[in-house]
Amino acid sequence: MESIFDIIGPIMIGPSSSHTAGALKLARIARAIFGDTPSEVRVNLYGSFAKTYRGHGSDRAIAAGFLGFSTEDERIPDAINIAFKMGVKIEFVSSNIFVDHPNTLEFEMVGKSGLSITVQGISVGGGNVVIKKINNYEVYLTGNYETLITCHKDHPGIIAKITQVISSKNINIAYMYVSRLEKGKDAMMTIETDDYISSDIYDILSSFSYLNFVKIVHKI
Amino acid sequence: MRSFSTISDLISLAKENCSNISEIVLSYETQKTQKSKKEILEIMNQRLIVMRNSIEKGKKNNNYSISKMVGMNASKFYSFISKNSFLGKIVEKAICYALSVSEVNACMGLIVACPTAGSCGILPGAILSVSEEMGLPDEKVVLSLFTAAGIGMVIGKNASLAGAVGGCQAECGSASAMAAGAVLELLGGTPEQIGHAIALALKNYLGLVCDPVAGLVEVPCVKRNAFAAIHALVAAELAFAGIESIIPPDEVILAAYEIGRLMPKSLKETSEAGLAKTPTGKRIESLMNA
Repeated sequence: MESIFDIIGPIMIGPSSSHTAGALKLARIARAIFGDTPSEVRVNLYGSFAKTYRGHGSDRAIAAGFLGFSTEDERIPDAINIAFKMGVKIEFVSSNIFVDHPNTLEFEMVGKSGLSITVQGISVGGGNVVIKKINNYEVYLTGNYETLITCHKDHPGIIAKITQVISSKNINIAYMYVSRLEKGKDAMMTIETDDYISSDIYDILSSFSYLNFVKIVHKI
Repeated sequence: MRSFSTISDLISLAKENCSNISEIVLSYETQKTQKSKKEILEIMNQRLIVMRNSIEKGKKNNNYSISKMVGMNASKFYSFISKNSFLGKIVEKAICYALSVSEVNACMGLIVACPTAGSCGILPGAILSVSEEMGLPDEKVVLSLFTAAGIGMVIGKNASLAGAVGGCQAECGSASAMAAGAVLELLGGTPEQIGHAIALALKNYLGLVCDPVAGLVEVPCVKRNAFAAIHALVAAELAFAGIESIIPPDEVILAAYEIGRLMPKSLKETSEAGLAKTPTGKRIESLMNA
């Protein structure tokens, strides 16, 4: 059973747990995956987000998420202006393309260095969210756990090497998800853990030659 | 762990321990999280503080929501009841507080979802009007929020708290049942009476659809919060007078689940029918999307 503070709570800026708090959380996780505040973001809004985002303040909440604000931050209503002043360009595009989940958002993020990452996620209610795609890879992460994301060569034994590093730090894995675009090419893995993932794990994994992307997304 | 999955579990646990339902829910949370009672009470107290702040902000709110459909009614009502009285203080305060919190939510202010953001005015409206008018201490008010939480958990487990799944009966109906139970604990009702208050409140909201204009948590949601707060007070007083619900609370909750399942999707937060598709509703929607 869940916590009673999911019933009397969360404390949040309104008006909608799914379209305001959830939208913010999706943007915040996307920013964490990107590694920093991107300089440009194109936000594609699908389904009910496309129809109601202005009235629900989803656009302001998304801007707040990219600034790293919490869902309780009273600056959320003004976040678009704050982002603009900080030089973060955010464009909102409503799409009528059919998607599986009615509350879907996609963030196309570009950084000053030219790094670009696209993240897609869904808002599933009560402020809870799931990130479903990073670039073209299927993933699964909720932001409710410490999460390690890797992109690695799709060869035998590599997942074991990664999980060995995790287990050597006595970290318990709660959920994991692996997907690939093509056999023998690259694969993306998300590992959600019960325990804090420290930066030394990042350092160890970054030194592995068969990993071309390592990111730690801390619990939100 | 003293777990519970029905209202009848909550009532029998309270009776076995000669305690209130709130204490059963509090001890459930302490055991589940391994935090001390003091810590858990403090987390709940923070929520009470946010509720009060939303009320204060809402009473004086002179902003409109982004759509301009909602705003300024809480302050209008507040200044009206400062000079006039028709329904009596408890009822008028409950209306004013529920409107205030709900308007603050619609205007992107800080609220406590209880159980949802769309129904966030009902519980604070009901318990804070009663506790202020009866001069009850904050410790009791904080405890009553645990009773409300326990009721909400049971409804969430056996039916739903989401408008998209069960229509508005799942949001405002559940909030009203939670508030009815909390108010009755404040009044000193027995656990059985609280069970009847829950059943009475939820029964009368069965079948309520979720058909918000332009898909926003505004019309009819904000004003409905005021009605639902009073609804909770009626259920609490009926049960306190010894009036019983013929259908027991857990059966009412299962009925809510069944009705939610049978309700067409067009009336479950999709804004494809009902108020959302009235000529005025459609006009506002097209203005919002222009």
